[in-house]
Amino acid sequence: MSKNNLLVSLENAGIYKSPKWLIRGVSLEVKSGQIVTLIGPNGSGKTTTAKMVLNILEPDEGSLKRYTNKIAYVPQKINIDWTMPLRVVDFMRLTNNLSNNEIIESLNQTGVEKLFKEQIHGLSGGEFQRVLLARAIAKKPELLVLDEPVQGVDFNGEIDLYNIIKNISANLNCGILLVSHDLHFVMTATDHVVCLNGHICCSGKPSSVIKDKAYIELFGEHRSKTLTYYQHDHDHTHASDGSVSS
Amino acid sequence: MLDDFFTRALVAGIGIAIITGPLGCLVIWRRLSYFGDTLAHSALLGVTLAYAFSLNIAFSVFVISAVIALLLLNLQKRTRLAGDSLLGLLAHSTLAIGLVLMGFLSSIRFDIMGLLFGDILAVTLQDIALVWIGGFIILGILYFIWKSLFSATVNYDLASAEGMKPNIYNMIFTLLLAGVIALSIKMIGTLLITGLLIIPAAASRNITNNPKQMVFVAILIGILSVTIGLFTSLELNTSSGPSIIVIALILFIISLIPLELRG
Repeated sequence: MSKNNLLVSLENAGIYKSPKWLIRGVSLEVKSGQIVTLIGPNGSGKTTTAKMVLNILEPDEGSLKRYTNKIAYVPQKINIDWTMPLRVVDFMRLTNNLSNNEIIESLNQTGVEKLFKEQIHGLSGGEFQRVLLARAIAKKPELLVLDEPVQGVDFNGEIDLYNIIKNISANLNCGILLVSHDLHFVMTATDHVVCLNGHICCSGKPSSVIKDKAYIELFGEHRSKTLTYYQHDHDHTHASDGSVSS
Repeated sequence: MLDDFFTRALVAGIGIAIITGPLGCLVIWRRLSYFGDTLAHSALLGVTLAYAFSLNIAFSVFVISAVIALLLLNLQKRTRLAGDSLLGLLAHSTLAIGLVLMGFLSSIRFDIMGLLFGDILAVTLQDIALVWIGGFIILGILYFIWKSLFSATVNYDLASAEGMKPNIYNMIFTLLLAGVIALSIKMIGTLLITGLLIIPAAASRNITNNPKQMVFVAILIGILSVTIGLFTSLELNTSSGPSIIVIALILFIISLIPLELRG
């Protein structure tokens, strides 16, 4: 698949849930090889917008056009009841038939190959996020929708996972729609930013959004300006289980 | 061999246990125990209508259960009452309507106890054929839709996003559940069928660690319950349906014992 193929587009889309519009007038596009991020305060309609793109919610106005069926999704929250006995390997095969090797390869990418036979219920929040991401990657999707994929992951793990996300977009040439609170990653690593607050406040390249009045108003002068590169210097690296590797 | 009433009961009962195993797992995974119960309650109405219009009982129960399931979906769109309230409403109103209608049909003698608790010892060859052929169809459909149904059971949004069409398969699952209730109503009865769906699956969960294992062990526990239950009822001269459920309960209690204590 060549770069810049249109994968999905929303045209002036909105979701109405009595008695109000959760989100309205959203137009956006995701192309292959591109990372598009949705930012905005709580309740601003980020997840709702992601669900429209995924066709989980049908827009009450406007329209959705999709040009691919190879889609993977990392939802914001998943609760798996204890009643359902589920190992990581079973979960990896949830919507796809994968060989053990393919599964281990993906788990390896997110640093959790050791959890292969573990019960899902025994995982920590961060481990579960890594498994969720591995499952999505294993599908080799053309469109990947990530709803706050690093929540509950420790600081270094966050950097790891964001690197992985960047690599997926480059290696698989897939389009990524990312919901994130991490303004630093959003502003440095993504191609297009959509700032939501019940509607689109502003959108465009990170460099232009960061100067936009609506953006500064939404995130506050202080936070939006002091948000510069945070360099975290390490004289060693950690493996995903926390052990110091060198 | 099938001349013997006891053998017939055994063959039919084992057939039912094989169907209720996987469906029972799905029922407890999806927290639908009370939904199964509601369908079973409405079955009484189905039986009454079958007598009134001389229809096949299994067919009539299946249709009524399916209608109740659709009604529930419709009600959920119209009101914000919680699911369990709506289920209670449907369960008891259909039960009541069934009983009222029964009053009008005073010329027909009803075996109420048989309806409530089943009469597995009165199983005929046709009943056996119905259970095994019907069961084969239900399990066949279940096999084909398993992946979609299972992924929707784990997480609806995920399944929906990744093209598994969960709404269609949820609907089919509901019909399968209506089907299994229709098949087993005569043998297990309206009050006990939910027990045979839930107890073996629950016992199985205690001793298994992945979904397929849980399904197969649930089937095994179901078969054990039916077999031991029927022999017990023959030995002790107790009613067969309740005996089966009591054995299932005993197996459930055993499944709670930690592995190291189980000799």
